Amino acid sequence: MNGIVSYGAYVPSHKIETGEIASVWGADGSAWAKNLNVYSKSVPGPDEDVITIAVEATRQAMKRANLNGDHIGAIYTGSESHPYAVKPTSTIVAEAISATPNLTAADYEFACKAGTAAIQTCLGMVGDKQIENGIAIGVDTSQGAPGDALEYSASAGGGSFVIGSKNVIATINDTTSYTTDTPDFWRREGQKYPRHGGRFTGKPAFFKHVISCGMMMMERAGTEAKDYDYIVTHQPNGKFPIRAAKTLGFTNEQFETGLLTPRIGNTYSGAVFLGLAAILDIAKPGDRILAVAYGSGAGSDGFDLTVTNKISKMDRSETVEDMISRMKIVNYATYAKYRGKLKMGSTK
Amino acid sequence: MREVSIIGIGITKFGELWDKSLRQLGLETGLAAISDAGITSKDIDALYIGNMAAGSTLQQEHVSALMADYCGLASQNVPATRVEAASASGGLAIRQAYMAIAGGFIDIAVVGGAEKMTDVSDSESSYTVSMGSDEQWESKAGATFASLHAMMTQSHMQQYGTTREEMSAVSAKNHYHASMNPMAQFPFTISSEAVSNSGLVSSPLRMLDCAPNSDGAAAVVLCATEKAKKYGKKSIRIIGSGQASDTLSLHHRKHLNQMPAIRVAAKRAFKSCGKKANDIDLIEVHDNFTISEIIALEEIGIFRRGKAAAKILEGETKLGGKIPTNTSGGLKARGHAPGATGIAQVVEVVQQLRGEAGDRQVKDAKIGMVENHGGTAATAVIHILEGE
Repeated sequence: MNGIVSYGAYVPSHKIETGEIASVWGADGSAWAKNLNVYSKSVPGPDEDVITIAVEATRQAMKRANLNGDHIGAIYTGSESHPYAVKPTSTIVAEAISATPNLTAADYEFACKAGTAAIQTCLGMVGDKQIENGIAIGVDTSQGAPGDALEYSASAGGGSFVIGSKNVIATINDTTSYTTDTPDFWRREGQKYPRHGGRFTGKPAFFKHVISCGMMMMERAGTEAKDYDYIVTHQPNGKFPIRAAKTLGFTNEQFETGLLTPRIGNTYSGAVFLGLAAILDIAKPGDRILAVAYGSGAGSDGFDLTVTNKISKMDRSETVEDMISRMKIVNYATYAKYRGKLKMGSTK
Repeated sequence: MREVSIIGIGITKFGELWDKSLRQLGLETGLAAISDAGITSKDIDALYIGNMAAGSTLQQEHVSALMADYCGLASQNVPATRVEAASASGGLAIRQAYMAIAGGFIDIAVVGGAEKMTDVSDSESSYTVSMGSDEQWESKAGATFASLHAMMTQSHMQQYGTTREEMSAVSAKNHYHASMNPMAQFPFTISSEAVSNSGLVSSPLRMLDCAPNSDGAAAVVLCATEKAKKYGKKSIRIIGSGQASDTLSLHHRKHLNQMPAIRVAAKRAFKSCGKKANDIDLIEVHDNFTISEIIALEEIGIFRRGKAAAKILEGETKLGGKIPTNTSGGLKARGHAPGATGIAQVVEVVQQLRGEAGDRQVKDAKIGMVENHGGTAATAVIHILEGE
């Protein structure tokens, strides 16, 4: 059966704590951290962007499965912070892993679920035998305006999955999607920061789509929550995914491994990829995983996965937890500099 | 002058009604009120609409004709009038209909209030609400209603020793009442401690001192009392009505901790029916902030100036107390949809006087009062209602 052949992840090595951000705005850091269940978030360095993160994660995935560029027939990168409005991220990733020129590539945008749409595309192409392997990447260096609630959670990171039919470490048993026109969060062309509908982003947006998609996925699979070892959903903050998972009937033990937002913030398109990578880092053959992504605008992609025996032979060192444990705290001034929030003077 | 009765009521649940448009809300409550009154569209002589914000939140003006149209009254060319006085829009719309019927110009009017406040961002809805303050002296200078009421609170605390605990008791009591109101936005109890420990908005006001900006609608059918019997429903008479205005900006007033327009409107309403404060069995007041409920009860004369907060803490305004106040949950817990609020307050008192308020029923309620004001009470409208 087709599925995940390999996976890679990347989390920047800096983080800022919620209390530090709150102190700049005269807000109650403890209250913000508790209300969002986000205590720190990753901060990309000044030389990091969606492309560098995508390349790092993809190189890790290629190395883990001893793949080279010739094995890759497609690369699709999902993000809402592609460095270029016109010029694909995916071609640069392809060049960096020596997969050019005999492949197809494109960038996707569907808010935070563009990467999982890329998985579905690769799955279709592999299933149709158009390609041997395709790479789906979910990555973001998300934007939160200074002083906005998003600033407490918008972070950076990403994952890269090789989707194929041979040497599969986790079969994708089935996938389904739940899509509507729901304007909960958006950024118009040329705007630096997104706008959001406040509380509207909750019940009629995230919860409606994630819960509906999760239920559809389990109905199609003929499963119940107890049949799964893990669940990972999109995680815009640390509270929403817990409430969604519990509504679907899952327990702490099932969702805590993939719940990274309390420590690294909301990595947007990278969130489900990183959560799933953290699960694969420790998963055993036979483990079953439910993954449900969410993208504003809005839609959810659901995946029913089963880990295979192949995972036991994979070198799974340099885990997501290793990356998180290496993160160093920066202050707001450094964060502002790294994120280009300072107005610089001209130098002669 | 003819007597006027309320023969029908309708109300939606208040809250974040993202799946309902302004016109849907208006239609829903209008039909409910007409159905409750037992009248048909042909009986309606006029429509009055309370709405504050549609122009800025929905880019929709001319709301009166819109509502008449969507309530199926356009083909009958029913006169439709929009009334705007910030958060007093609903109460004032009732007063306009009351005067038209009392004056003999019409016999039956439907008065509806509807508002959509949550289809825009929090900052946009706050900006819209601030339009009810003085643009030149207040909103343009950065003053919000929270900050203006915070100054009123500080002044009240300084002069009368009003405490944090007393302020919190207002909100906790209103949530207790809302827990028995299925139409309330927040139908659950909260503790005084939770109010006192909620996030600071503008010192000393905390988040749970402040009413939300809600979506919602309410409607009543007013009828000349002499013709009300024809429709059979238990009618409630409007025995008193008063209105007053004051300086729009707070700083032009002599006292920061008083709302003179409420005092004057109440005096006029009492005078119009020969009643006094101690004749009132229950009251709905405009608690957009906890301090507003305290000051309103003092201005109306329910309690002496500087004494209301302590009486609230003692439980005198709680269901079962001496003068149950905001049995609906008030603006704080039932919700505050500016144009609909004044009408929703009247709906609550009508339900109480009919004996249809369920678990929150005030025993033997005969006379009820409604106080609705706009801004920091630059407009105040009072109605006194009496059951059969």
